[in-house]
Amino acid sequence: MASAPTEPDLLALATRVADQARPGEQVEAFVARSTSTSVRAYGGEVESLTQASTSGVGVRVVVDHREGFAYAGTLDEATVQEALEEARDNARYAEPDEFNGLAEPDGVAPAELDLWPKGLPEVPTADKVALALDLERATTGRDPRVQGVRVAMYSDGLGEAAVATSTGIRVWDRAGTSYLMVQALATQDGETQIAGGLSVGRELEDLSVDEAADDAVLRATRLLGAAKPATQRVTLVLEPRMTATVLGLVGGMLNGEAVLKGRSPFRDRVGEAIASPLLTFVDDPTDPRSLGADTYDGEGLARRRNELVRDGVLQGFLQNTYTGRRSGTASTGSAARGVSSTPGVAATALAVAPGQGSHEELLATVDRGLLVTSMAGLHSGVNPVSGDFSVGVEGLMVRDGALAEPIREATVASTLQRLLLDIAAVGADLEWLPDGTGGVTLVIPDVTLSGT
Amino acid sequence: MLDQDLIQRTLAAALRTGGDLAEIFVEDRASSNAVLDDGKVEHLTSGRDRGAGIRVIVGDTTGFAHTADLTPAGLLEAAEAAAAAARSGGGGVKEVALERQHAPRPHEVAVLPETVGKGEKVELLRRADAAARGAGGAISQVTARYGDSRRRILVANSDGLLTEDDQVRTLLSVMAVATGDTGMQTGYQSLGRTVGFELFDRYDVDQIGREAAERALLKLSARPAPSGTMPVVIGPGGGGVLFHEACGHGLEVDLVAKGASVFAGRIGERVADPRITLVDDGTMAEEWGAFAVDDEGSVAQRNVLIQDGILTDYMWDLLRARKEGRPRSGNGRRQSYKHLPMVRMTNTYVLAGPDDPEDIIASTPKGVYVAHLGGGQVNTATGDFVFGMTEAYLIEDGRITEPIREGNLIGNGPEVLASIDAVGHDFAMGSPGMCGKDGQGVPVGDGVPTLRVPALTVGGTA
Repeated sequence: MASAPTEPDLLALATRVADQARPGEQVEAFVARSTSTSVRAYGGEVESLTQASTSGVGVRVVVDHREGFAYAGTLDEATVQEALEEARDNARYAEPDEFNGLAEPDGVAPAELDLWPKGLPEVPTADKVALALDLERATTGRDPRVQGVRVAMYSDGLGEAAVATSTGIRVWDRAGTSYLMVQALATQDGETQIAGGLSVGRELEDLSVDEAADDAVLRATRLLGAAKPATQRVTLVLEPRMTATVLGLVGGMLNGEAVLKGRSPFRDRVGEAIASPLLTFVDDPTDPRSLGADTYDGEGLARRRNELVRDGVLQGFLQNTYTGRRSGTASTGSAARGVSSTPGVAATALAVAPGQGSHEELLATVDRGLLVTSMAGLHSGVNPVSGDFSVGVEGLMVRDGALAEPIREATVASTLQRLLLDIAAVGADLEWLPDGTGGVTLVIPDVTLSGT
Repeated sequence: MLDQDLIQRTLAAALRTGGDLAEIFVEDRASSNAVLDDGKVEHLTSGRDRGAGIRVIVGDTTGFAHTADLTPAGLLEAAEAAAAAARSGGGGVKEVALERQHAPRPHEVAVLPETVGKGEKVELLRRADAAARGAGGAISQVTARYGDSRRRILVANSDGLLTEDDQVRTLLSVMAVATGDTGMQTGYQSLGRTVGFELFDRYDVDQIGREAAERALLKLSARPAPSGTMPVVIGPGGGGVLFHEACGHGLEVDLVAKGASVFAGRIGERVADPRITLVDDGTMAEEWGAFAVDDEGSVAQRNVLIQDGILTDYMWDLLRARKEGRPRSGNGRRQSYKHLPMVRMTNTYVLAGPDDPEDIIASTPKGVYVAHLGGGQVNTATGDFVFGMTEAYLIEDGRITEPIREGNLIGNGPEVLASIDAVGHDFAMGSPGMCGKDGQGVPVGDGVPTLRVPALTVGGTA
């Protein structure tokens, strides 16, 4: 692949761009490079093997409080230079905003994190291929009803990024992750159900073929025979991964940009109870257990622990440099970005503080409920501005504290505001998910389930 | 985009250790975007992505590598990586002779966006913002986005194919927030075509802003959506996503071949009411999913998938069509040179039917009328799909009455298809869409006439 600079070259390239700032001008370069390998197995063969290497640079220019941006999907010096000129030109057409401006070093020390899988770059491709093939074999060899997969995949990524600004930011970091993913097809009496299983880590040794295969087989087979339920009100039991998904949506509503622009229903609620007193959740990228752990944010500030809700009370919002300044607070180190975009605001390691009781203990308290095991249509049925929440669900009915028949083709609906306030139990079963979030089992009574 | 000799040498290098097919896909994409939010033009973005993806196919195995380095050395390195990934044995140098093919373009582009001043693009956003804010005092926030892209591609393979395309897209969208006693509601409207800046000579930006605002305002007084199963009437143009999800994905042959589609093995069978004819059409001039050649170099086609209710064909990619020895359908698409192509839809629509749209509503005593659908999602193995309603009303006594709040609808693709009992004569295409599959997004279009599904589950709370 293209021979691209590595540290300190990547930082040196970013610095060369930032150093071109003219008087009265601020310049920021965000430079990233990654390599990845992905193996898909199907029918006992390698369906595809992808070796990828990607790099790029995003350049931001602020002059007279006007901001311009340009990016290029290469580190070729001439193209990078063009991006700087384009960003300068773009700034002329934006309107001035007194809060525009790049990050400045804020004295917060970066967390000591070990995010680089030292062994992974040395792993022969053949070992990765073997894992994908093993995963397919393991998934189809466990249960006579599971004879096939849609895909069995091994994938990894190693990435590094540098940020340099004319305001004094100079940072570089690298991280890597790998995962196994399989989608199992369970078939019985002409009916097919599909469900996925995962195993995630940094080094290859962190991955477990059995864990991913068991997970997919259990999830696909337990839905066999699922029918549409009657419309009713039920107690929802959210699995940890479903909880993580729902709280991810709430995290988006606690984004300082949405708040400033009047698009968050929680915008005037700091210090007030927005959730059940049982709920505490934080965005903590310095927690090494999260795969979203990170040393620096997209503007080069140290990542830090931000408590968003404590005992149900809203503590504050996530901010980047712009939203921090404009809201009269400061960046919380939550600038999110890729090479091709200006920094937004986002949580990267949102997790619920564990409560009381195991998943099974919580289920046992439910007389009539629904254990939700998958949700569909989150992008079309959840409105982060109004909080309206309506999603397709699959899962298992709960009767007298025990799992009962599987259901499909149903929806649950409420508002996110209501769901948070109505949480009746928070489990102790913290599970870390591939997207960096951590979820526990939640019990939420009296929610509308729509079916027949 | 690349010298023909260099392409031939790269393909030969990719096949040096053997293989059934080698392909090079070169892409050069330039884009510009501008955002007006909170009353201000926030920033303009320019982007440039250029690179090549090379794949080598040996039996059922594909090796793939991509590079942003388009020099002979960079391409050679990628070709060797792809060949190694395919683990080809055997070997032997293969000569590759390319024959340049010219595919007809679905339409001409009059004004390339790169020739238009940034100031002019920004001015459109100001107009859209003013129009949205002028629609009512309750409009509390407006985001207007402008984006254009020019994507030039070249595809060549060791079967001798060499072809190019030049794809231009221009889009403007508005999201408005209305604030009232009941909280906040949002409204969205967009305008996008595979044309250049002439788009704005033909369509009124003010109207896009107003429509977004009106949708948000309408929902301030909306009632909670009902819950349970009831008849649903979909308005013209607003609901193409229904078919995209209910059966479109299930007719993609990669999913069919793996037994992950409820439509596997059903060619020639009746799957829908005889009033339903479903087409996927990459040649549809100016629509969001239109192109001259797909991302495997196959010429765009108009493919009838369901004819008068009978399932006639699936959508195909190059590899599976080649293996079956059948004509290609022009459905091999990829997000960028960094991605492997997959079977994807283009512009998917249902032809107009025989029924009077007013009669369809009048003959529905109680139900929901959906004027505009949002996105959706499908489980192709079960056929269960959801899609969001972003503008919807109650139908009471055969009349459209009060607006209802957002929510998802859920149904089962084969059941919904088989049950549609009215198809209007008022066909319209819908808004530009982005379809996601296995992590890749590609632009798509859709369209429908007014139609009625006698029983869909509405995911409301009332």
